[in-house]
Amino acid sequence: MDSSASVETHHDPHSHAGEHEHHELGFWRKYIFSTDHKVIGIQYGLCGLAFLFLGFSLMMLMRFQLAYPGQALPVIGKFLPHIFGPGSMPDGKMTPDFYNSLGAMHGTIMIFAGVVPLAFAAFGNFVVPLQIGAPDMTFPKVNAASFWAFAAGGVIMLISFFVPGGAAKSGWTSYTPLAAIADSGPGHNPVFNGQTLWLIGFIFLITSSLLGAVNFITTIIQLRAKGLTWMRLPFFVWAQFVTAFLLLLAFPPLEAAIVMQLMDRLAHTSFFLPSGLVVNGTPLAISGGGSPLLWQHLFWFLGHPEVYVLILPAFGIVAEILANNSRKPLWGYKSLVFSVLVIGFLSFIVWAHHMWLTGMGSAVSAFFQTTTLLISIPSVIILSAFFISLWGGSIRFNVPMLFTIAFLPMFGIGGLTGIPLAFNSADLYLHDTYYVIAHFHYIVAPGTIFGLFAGVYYWFPKATGRRMSEFWGKVHFWPTLICMNLIFLPMFLQGMAGMHRRWYDGGQGWGVANDHTVWGLTGFQWNQPISWAAWAMGLAQIPFIINFFWSIKHGEKVNDNPWEATTLEWTAPSPPPHGNFVHTPVAYRGPYEYSLPGRERDFTMQNEPVEPAERTPRKSPAEPVLA
Amino acid sequence: MEIPYTVSTRPDTGLWNAKIGIWLFLASEVMLFGALFSAYIFLRIDAAPGTWPHGLLNVPVGTMNTAILIISSVTVVLAWAALKMRRYRAYWWYMLATISCGVIFLVVKLGYEWPQKFEHFGAYIKPDALAKYEKYLGNERRIEKGLEPRIEITGHLHSQNATEYEVALDPVNADPDDPAMDRPHFIPLPVTDKIATIEKADVQRATMFLPTHSAYFASYFTITGLHGLHVLGGVVVFIYMWLPVSKKVYQRNPEHLANRVEVSGLFWHFVDLVWIFVFPLFYLL
Repeated sequence: MDSSASVETHHDPHSHAGEHEHHELGFWRKYIFSTDHKVIGIQYGLCGLAFLFLGFSLMMLMRFQLAYPGQALPVIGKFLPHIFGPGSMPDGKMTPDFYNSLGAMHGTIMIFAGVVPLAFAAFGNFVVPLQIGAPDMTFPKVNAASFWAFAAGGVIMLISFFVPGGAAKSGWTSYTPLAAIADSGPGHNPVFNGQTLWLIGFIFLITSSLLGAVNFITTIIQLRAKGLTWMRLPFFVWAQFVTAFLLLLAFPPLEAAIVMQLMDRLAHTSFFLPSGLVVNGTPLAISGGGSPLLWQHLFWFLGHPEVYVLILPAFGIVAEILANNSRKPLWGYKSLVFSVLVIGFLSFIVWAHHMWLTGMGSAVSAFFQTTTLLISIPSVIILSAFFISLWGGSIRFNVPMLFTIAFLPMFGIGGLTGIPLAFNSADLYLHDTYYVIAHFHYIVAPGTIFGLFAGVYYWFPKATGRRMSEFWGKVHFWPTLICMNLIFLPMFLQGMAGMHRRWYDGGQGWGVANDHTVWGLTGFQWNQPISWAAWAMGLAQIPFIINFFWSIKHGEKVNDNPWEATTLEWTAPSPPPHGNFVHTPVAYRGPYEYSLPGRERDFTMQNEPVEPAERTPRKSPAEPVLA
Repeated sequence: MEIPYTVSTRPDTGLWNAKIGIWLFLASEVMLFGALFSAYIFLRIDAAPGTWPHGLLNVPVGTMNTAILIISSVTVVLAWAALKMRRYRAYWWYMLATISCGVIFLVVKLGYEWPQKFEHFGAYIKPDALAKYEKYLGNERRIEKGLEPRIEITGHLHSQNATEYEVALDPVNADPDDPAMDRPHFIPLPVTDKIATIEKADVQRATMFLPTHSAYFASYFTITGLHGLHVLGGVVVFIYMWLPVSKKVYQRNPEHLANRVEVSGLFWHFVDLVWIFVFPLFYLL
C-alpha cells in the first residue's frame, strides 16, 4: 500500500524545481475557465454524464409512445407541453413531429454530446497526461477552447428544442433531401429552427473534437515521461491515440457536408437536392443538380469511424481494469496495440456498409463488404485477448471489474450480431429494422457505457481521493445489466420479424407485427416489456447519481493507489495538484507488471527501477531509454 | 508549471509541440477541403448535359491572384529566415509584404470577382422551348459536332416586365455558331450590345450568378468562401505577429517568435496549396 512512498525514493534528480510552485488562482480561473487538464476532464465528464442522462430521458419518453401509441402520458405528460411547446404533446399525447425530434436528438445527444465527450474528452483529458507522466496537455489553452466549443455546441443543441417547430427531426443522420427542406417555410425562423441549429451546433462540436484530437496526439507524442517508450504505454493511451486520429481525420468531411447543408438551407443552393424535387405537390424553386447520396457518403465517412471513436476508449478502460483486477499482465499487449491500429485504419474504408440499400452497385458493395468483414478480425483479436487475460487470474470482483466483465459478453453479442448486417444480401432484409437498433446498442450501451461506468468507478479515487461506495455500485450494476438485456435482446426478435425502426406507432398499424408471436407476444406487444425495462433502468441510475455526488465529499478516503495498480497515474497524489506529479516520473518497465515472481507485492509500478536480479542479459535495459 | 518542449525540441522526436500540432491540424484541413473537392467531383460527374458551365470566371484575374498567393508564400519564408538570422527589421518588412498580399487577394476576390458574378444573369430555357431560341443557342451545329447542348442564355439583365426578360447577351449567345465560342476564352469577352428578349413562360429558372444558380456556382462560392476565410484567418494571425506586441516575444526569446512564424507559415502554405487546386478546377477545367 505504500507504493507512492517507495516511488519517491527513486525520483529523477533532474526534476524541475518549478513544479513545486503554487499559483493561487481565483475560483473562476480554477474551476470554470481552467486550463488544467484535470479540471477540463472533469468538466467534460460532468457535462457528458448529464447529456447521457438527458439523451436517455428522451428515449424514455419515446418508449411510452411505442408501447402505448396514441395514449396520454400520465403525470409528466401534462407538464411537457409547457416545456416543449403546445405542438409537442397536446393533452399528453405525443405528436409525430415531436416523436421524430426526440429520436433525432436522442441519437445526436447520446453520441456527440454524451459518449464522445465522456469517453474521449473526459477520460482522455483526465487520465492520459497522468498515465504518460506529463504535467498537462501540450496546449492547455487550446484544451480549454475545446471544452468551451463543446459547451457552446451542447447549448445550441438544447436551445433547438425551444424554437418554433421544435428540434431537428430528420433522424440523427440528417439524410437529405429530407433534412435540407425540414423545418423551413411558414412558422419557422430561417436560422433559429431545429435543423439549422442542429447544423450550427455540430460545427461547434466538431471544432471541439478537432482541437481535442490535435492536443491529445501531440501530448502523447511529446510529453511521455522519460523511459516511457511506445511499447510501455498503457493500452488506454494507445486507444486514445488512435481515437484522436479518427476524430482528427473523419470529422472534417462531415464538417464539409454540414457547411454544404447549411448552404442548402440558408443560401438555397442544391448540393444535396436533386433536380425535379417536388414538396407537398409544388416543385421546389431550386437549381437542382445535387446528390442526396453525396450527403450519405460524407456523413458515413465520419459515421463509421465514429463508431470506433465510441468503442476504442471503452476498450482502453476495460484493458486497464482487466489487468488491474485479474492481477496479471494483459494478455497479448502487442497484438492489442497492432489490432487497435489496424482497426483505426480499416475504419476509414468501411463506411458504405451503411448504404447497401442506396443502389451503389454490386462492385462497390463487394468492396465494402470485404473491408467490413476484415475489420472484425482485429476486433475479435482484442476481445479474445481480453478473455484470455482473465484466465488464471486472481480476480477481484469490485464494481469497476463487474462492469468490465459484463462489457466483454455484451460487446461480443453486439459485434457478432453485426456480421449479418455486414453481408449486403442479409442486410437487405434487416436494414432499418429493430435488429439494427439492437445490434449497435449492444455495442454502445452495455458495451461502451459499461466501459465508461467502469472508468468512472475506477478513476474516481484519483480525481477526488475518495472511493465510491461498493455496495451502491453493485446496486447500480446488477439492475442495469439485467435491464440492458431486457431492452435490447427482444429487439433482435422484433427486427427479425420485420419491425421498422422509425415507426411512430410502434408497429401497431402493421398487420404482420400483430399476427406473429414470439413467446406469446406479438412484435408490437414486445414494446411493452422493453419500455418497462427502459424505465426500470432509468430508476437504476439513481443509486449511481447519488453515489457519485455523495462520495465526492463523504466517500471512504483512500491512498494514492487504492486499486494497487501499476501505471503512472497512481504515483501522483489524489487528487493530483496543478502540474500533477510531486516528482517527475520516470518509467522503467511496461504497464502491466502484475504478480512478478519473487516480489513481495503482486504489483510493480512502472516507475520502480529494474533490480539487478531481474535483469536478463538480452532485454530490460538498465537505464531508462528514450525512444 | 511549465509545459516542456514549447520552444526547444524533444530529443527523441526532434520536434517542438506546435510543429506537430500544426501538421495534425493541416491533416484535418486536407480532409475538410478534400471532402469539398470530392463533392465537386461528385456533382460535376452527375451534372446533366449543359448544366455545368464553362469559362464564366475571369482567368487573368485568377492567375494574378494565384501569383499573389505564391509571392506571399515566398515572403513568409523570408520573414521566418530573417528571424532565424535575428534581423527583426527585415522580418517586419517581409511580414508586411505577406500581409499585404493576403489583403490584396481578399480585396480582388470579394471586392471584384464575386460582385461581378452577382451582376451576371442567366436564364435556363425549358426543354420544349429550346428550338425557339436556337439563334442564341446554336444547338443544331453543336449536336452535329457532338458537343454538349446549350440550355442557358446569359448576359446582363437590362429590364424585365411581367412576361419578358431583356438581356444584353454574352458573346457566346450573341454569336453561338462561331467556332471560337466552342471553348472558353482566356481573356473574358465583354457583354455585347445585342439584346435578346426571353419570354418568362419559356424560362425554367432565371437567376443572377449566385450560389443558387447551379451546382457549379454553389461549389464555387462555398469553396472560395471557405478558402477566403482561411486567408483572412492567416492575415489576422500575421498581423498579430507583426504588431509590436510580438516584438516583446522576440526580445524575450527570438526562437519563440520564429517558431510561431514557422507554424503560421505552414498554415499559409497550405492555404496556398488549396488555391492551387481551386484555380484549375473552377477557372480552367
